[in-house]
Amino acid sequence: MSSSTATPTYVPKTRVGKVTDYVDSRVGGSGIVKEFGRKIFPDHWTFMFGEVALYTFVILLISGTFLTFFYDPSMAETHYEGSYLPLRGVEMSVAYASSLDISFDVRGGLFMRQIHHWAALLFVASVAVHMLRVFFTGAFRRPREFNWVVGCILLILSLAAGFTGYSLPDDLLSGNGLRIIDGVMKAIPVVGTYLSFFLFGGEFPGTMIIGRLYVLHILLIPAVILLLIGIHLFMVVLHKHSQFPGPGRTNTNVVGYPVGPVYAAKAGGFFFIVFGVLAAIAAAFTINPIWNYGPYDPSPVSAGTQPDWYIGWVDGALRLMPGTIGNFDFEFMIPFPWGVNALSLNVLIPALVPAMIVFTLMFAWPWIEAWVTKDKREHHLLNRPRNAPTRTAIGVAGVTFYCVLWAAASSDLIATHFLVSLNDVTYWLRFLVFFGPVLAFMVARRIALALQRKDREIALHGRETGRIVRLPHGEFIEVHEQVDDYKRYQLVAFESPEVMVPTPGADGKVSLLDKAHGRISRFFFEDRVAPVTPKELAASHGDHHDEVAGAKDRESIASH
Amino acid sequence: MADSSHGAPGTSVTVATPGRELDQFENPGLPPHRPRLSDRSRSAEKRAERQVALLFLISILGTLLFFVGYFFIPLNETVERLRLQNLLLGLGTAFAMLGIGVGIVHWAKTLMPDHEVTESRHEIRPESDRQDAEKIVNDILDESGIKRRPLIRNTLLGAAILAPLPAIAIFRDLGPLPGNSLKQTMWDTGVRLTRDPSGTPILASDVTVGSAFHVIPEGLNEVENKLEEKAKAVVLLMRLDPEELNPSPGRENWGYDGIVAYSKICTHVGCPVALYEQQTHHLLCPCHQSTFDLEQECKVIFGPAARPLPQLPIEVDDEGYLVASSDFQEPVGPSFWERG
Repeated sequence: MSSSTATPTYVPKTRVGKVTDYVDSRVGGSGIVKEFGRKIFPDHWTFMFGEVALYTFVILLISGTFLTFFYDPSMAETHYEGSYLPLRGVEMSVAYASSLDISFDVRGGLFMRQIHHWAALLFVASVAVHMLRVFFTGAFRRPREFNWVVGCILLILSLAAGFTGYSLPDDLLSGNGLRIIDGVMKAIPVVGTYLSFFLFGGEFPGTMIIGRLYVLHILLIPAVILLLIGIHLFMVVLHKHSQFPGPGRTNTNVVGYPVGPVYAAKAGGFFFIVFGVLAAIAAAFTINPIWNYGPYDPSPVSAGTQPDWYIGWVDGALRLMPGTIGNFDFEFMIPFPWGVNALSLNVLIPALVPAMIVFTLMFAWPWIEAWVTKDKREHHLLNRPRNAPTRTAIGVAGVTFYCVLWAAASSDLIATHFLVSLNDVTYWLRFLVFFGPVLAFMVARRIALALQRKDREIALHGRETGRIVRLPHGEFIEVHEQVDDYKRYQLVAFESPEVMVPTPGADGKVSLLDKAHGRISRFFFEDRVAPVTPKELAASHGDHHDEVAGAKDRESIASH
Repeated sequence: MADSSHGAPGTSVTVATPGRELDQFENPGLPPHRPRLSDRSRSAEKRAERQVALLFLISILGTLLFFVGYFFIPLNETVERLRLQNLLLGLGTAFAMLGIGVGIVHWAKTLMPDHEVTESRHEIRPESDRQDAEKIVNDILDESGIKRRPLIRNTLLGAAILAPLPAIAIFRDLGPLPGNSLKQTMWDTGVRLTRDPSGTPILASDVTVGSAFHVIPEGLNEVENKLEEKAKAVVLLMRLDPEELNPSPGRENWGYDGIVAYSKICTHVGCPVALYEQQTHHLLCPCHQSTFDLEQECKVIFGPAARPLPQLPIEVDDEGYLVASSDFQEPVGPSFWERG
């Protein structure tokens, strides 16, 4: 009644206006609408991977919540009484029994389990592919380094979420997975045995692990993921999205579609598409048929088993590592005053070293590259992968290293499917894990440079039309057609850094670090292809008769 | 803020390196907008509209399909019925979602404006803000007096370092200490070897040359912590021609007439070594392919394991059943620091 505030000047007229005014006058939303309603987002198909990751995470939350209503994480012993006949009366844990019940006695339960599992696989995959996109296009450069680090942590968390969930059904397959984790953990020097006993609540398998993994899986890990997604998206808004170079796109602008309505419609619609595709996969393709595996028992194991894809590379590394080479043993018995302790490098090296190398390089890459290029400028324009040949080649080498280890997780299946010796497959993969990345590096860099040269060729001489024309004096030429200014700009709008030669400091000496920098800079940028300059283009037009002749011929052909 | 500048020249992308002439192409600006079919033709626009509506209709049908699967396919005891229901629920959801999703995207691509818009980027941190923030932080620090009073600062540091320790220590009761538990199994002098999982004892005469038995100690099925004991005690029993075994000194009588028993738990990371190649007398772990040679006391001949499988010394009791002569002489399973 007592109105100390000024009378409102804005009187809503439409119904939508009234509703929004009601909300706005209480929580102040008009600022948000003003900021985001027409915010511009650049469009490119590679920008969708991050969206896929976000949407699969939402689908995981929805389907996962459904599953928690029926799942019981208890390792107490029970006898199965559900609908699935072959297992009726079998002794098993309550967790496994409730997973069977979800599959056989809850309508839609199997569908939810399958969509949850498929979504989990796609979640990790889309996070990984999204990071590859960011890496290969240089989107991690200033000012986005921290967001890259947040992404790296999210990748690790998505692996953790996947693995903790994988173990929950307490079936034979996942139980053997836990057994491997237990074995790896026990190999850790000094604290390993204690870690294992604390995690499992005593000797393996104990009765605690499923409940503990459950809390991590449904509470702790998703909460941290959600928090980091918030930070991640906040930074995306803060930095504004990066964009590929092209006509009209500069380092100081964003070109794209406004959130409302086009971008929101496309992105929102895309959520339903991801959901729909996952539903179709879950409808048609069985995943993790736990009823075929039986309850966990330390004695049996199935041959030809595979972990979920994202754990495969660690499992593959475990397979490739030899326990002994000749007479050299990778397990050391170290005598101490208090007794002999065992150090199992045959387990520790493959379990930790590849992951450490990959993740260390990943976390540190933005700073490594900034040091090599000495480039501290802000970058909002992406690189086409070919225009950063050495970075691209290093990325391809990393992917190759990963894929060899991943293939190693299927060494037994490769052997049985292709009828080759299991031992030979292992020997080959051991060789490839070291030389594959080197080979991939060289090939990828050559391909990138070749593509750059091709771009130069097109920018200078235009595209090949495939039309062969015979000139009056008998010479055959192929008619080239000049590209338009917009297309050409797409081909020339990039920077090609040059080798930085170390220069003496104030004392007239070149420091060791500078020398090292010079060598690495040479390694990175010695082979380079420069973008076409207007001068070169003009020159190529001047002394080149192709287009001229081609144009003449075109006229003469047209006049016939 | 936002201006659509189709065809207008923009600024150059790259930054000139000092000391070098800028010889780069001018940014030609956004290419001219190319009208879509639905922009030019009224009938194409109508057609797109009908397509979007059709996609939404497909979504409605998908939802109905879900309900058909949910209410009219009763589950029985066959997996086939479950598969059918799963298929209908899944396809129903897929159509329901794809109909909406593809419909909206089609709507956006054909009927909503497709003019690209340019917005300029702003500085992440205006210089004036930075100076203000720095001043605020310094003022806060000054007013708190933390710099001027080292006694307070140092005692606070000490307290802050110590305070989280209970939060770590409180997790101590997550599990018991290992003690000797990893070095002992249920096997002991006179414990009978029984079949896994039935628990029936094994007569030495039942074990023919070339056969293999999965073995658990007698009484395992009755103990309370069955899985933990089983995870250590499972054994593989095989009979070979005694000529093919080459026992080392001191282990000649660990077997009985070519019958030998080895731990089934891989010395790599603990998977069950479940595959027995009868012809070559090799044991293979299906998880990581460690291969053990029975003729060399289960020495590792391939793969990531570094230690032979421990052998269980066995003999035959008065009734002809196989029994253990003692527990394993070394810890079974994967290595651990205290293994010694």
